[in-house]
Amino acid sequence: MSLDTETPERARPEPIQAVPVRHPGRWLAVAVIGVLVAMFVHMLVTNKAFNWSFMIDEMFRPPIMAGLRGTIALTICSMLIGITLGIVIAIMRLSENPILRGVSWVYTWFFRAVPRLVLALLFGNLGILWSRIEFGLPFDRQIGALFGVQDFEARLFGFSAMDLLTGFVAGMLALGLSEAAYMAEIVRAGIQSVDEGQTEAAQALGLTRGQIMRRIVLPQAMRVIIPPTGNETIAMLKDTALVAFIPVSTELFFQLKAVGARTFQLFPMYVAACLWYLVLTSVLLVGQYYLERHFSKGVGRSGRAKVKLRGIVAETGGGASKADA
Amino acid sequence: MTGVKVLPQAGPPGAESRPMVHAEQVHKSFGSIEVLKGIDLQVRAGEVCCLLGPSGSGKSTFLRCINHLEKINAGWIRVDGELIGYRERGGKLHEMREKEVAAQRRSIGMVFQRFNLFPHMTALDNVAEAPTLVRREKKSAARERAAALLERVGLGDKLGNYPGQLSGGQQQRVAIARALAMKPKLMLFDEPTSALDPELVGEVLDVMKDLARDGMTMIVVTHEIGFAREVGDSLVFMDGGVVVEQGNPREVIADPKHDRTKAFLAKVL
Repeated sequence: MSLDTETPERARPEPIQAVPVRHPGRWLAVAVIGVLVAMFVHMLVTNKAFNWSFMIDEMFRPPIMAGLRGTIALTICSMLIGITLGIVIAIMRLSENPILRGVSWVYTWFFRAVPRLVLALLFGNLGILWSRIEFGLPFDRQIGALFGVQDFEARLFGFSAMDLLTGFVAGMLALGLSEAAYMAEIVRAGIQSVDEGQTEAAQALGLTRGQIMRRIVLPQAMRVIIPPTGNETIAMLKDTALVAFIPVSTELFFQLKAVGARTFQLFPMYVAACLWYLVLTSVLLVGQYYLERHFSKGVGRSGRAKVKLRGIVAETGGGASKADA
Repeated sequence: MTGVKVLPQAGPPGAESRPMVHAEQVHKSFGSIEVLKGIDLQVRAGEVCCLLGPSGSGKSTFLRCINHLEKINAGWIRVDGELIGYRERGGKLHEMREKEVAAQRRSIGMVFQRFNLFPHMTALDNVAEAPTLVRREKKSAARERAAALLERVGLGDKLGNYPGQLSGGQQQRVAIARALAMKPKLMLFDEPTSALDPELVGEVLDVMKDLARDGMTMIVVTHEIGFAREVGDSLVFMDGGVVVEQGNPREVIADPKHDRTKAFLAKVL
């Protein structure tokens, strides 16, 4: 046909060579930010108050490292309590039993209302209430008196409150119990985000309510629960600094503060605290990424998590542009 | 093959008088709105019963009452002679415990309009999950049976795929295999092809026809008149929460007696 002979003449046109729009605003911003960064770096280097060599010397000392381990342990323990109890409270909140619903509401109300620092101090001083913590028949003395027995005691075992409620345990309980209240809300939102059809399909197959929760609903709720839980873990890591006031000595901030107080070099030690928390938080961010990828299994096509990672990298201004170049 | 059981009265040999599903005077209200106003229905073992009717007529609700996903307010439903959701003791009805209801549901398979596959599990695990959890089958045995069932619905090459990687028609076929894995004596289909693209409807209907040929008792809520005419042993037309007309599907479709049936069929045919 005639088209065939014409096509060579209708060749692909030249690519457009237009003058791009200029962005003077960007250059202005670069200049302003450049000056500010230069000023900041200059201050970091020249200001003697930072006392960098002293700080680097001190921040890896054994007591600090012990404090670091304590902070990590406290974060893990508190989050374990928080997540486990949070799931239980969330399930109670969604239960058909009105008493369980009420209890979980009161719990959430109390632990969300009281600041963590206050809770930590309260738990650290529980020893004032009891010298010993014992387990056995409740109200044994009163029951004994009812039947005319004086000083009737039915207690199986007990601990000295001072032994049991060490600073670490008190801090762990305060942070963990308070965390459970927040986790309960997160888990509840996650459970409610799962389509009702999932429960119906599982019911129609003859699964019991417990099996449906464990095998069908919770694994799917995880996708919604994990990201805020990551944020909670990071917040918890930082909140462990509060237990320095109980006081808990095997804790990072307590140790850094102690070095600072002893050497009258508080400021460098506060900077060291910043750096340590930055490092720990960054490690957690990596863990959160892998967890999220694991639980997004079966959602969307397989490439989705990778695309998301690329997005994060691009946002932080790293690899993506380099890869393009 | 389907020609053998033209009349519902005939049924497969040996099961003449045994009703698989027997419902009487079933009423169901959501709040102040009465959705079912006294449904009577009998479905014999091996019979394919198609429920037809305009949307909002209560056919899906009735289907969900049969496996107790909805509690009925009055009347009763028996499946294979067993009262659903309640136990009779000393002339009184006792509500069943959740575990007993779950046990009753095991023998009733259900297929949903929107598939409701478990998105976090592969096709194989979707099918093998309930047999391992509920029937306490060994994991390896359950998976073997699941693979065979998926093969039967034509998905032998999709065992490892997640639902999100399957087309609507494939997902619905996995859902049918999932229900069959519990070895049910009754299958409920709630508009199984309504959420599918037109070109995918056929593959799902083929699987259902295959099931009917094998003698499965089925209650199918559907808008597929062709399926009802070809495979159905009985047709029940519902409107406004009551059964308006029922009978042999070929006769009802060819010569509806009731005005509402006529009007409905005129619109869908």
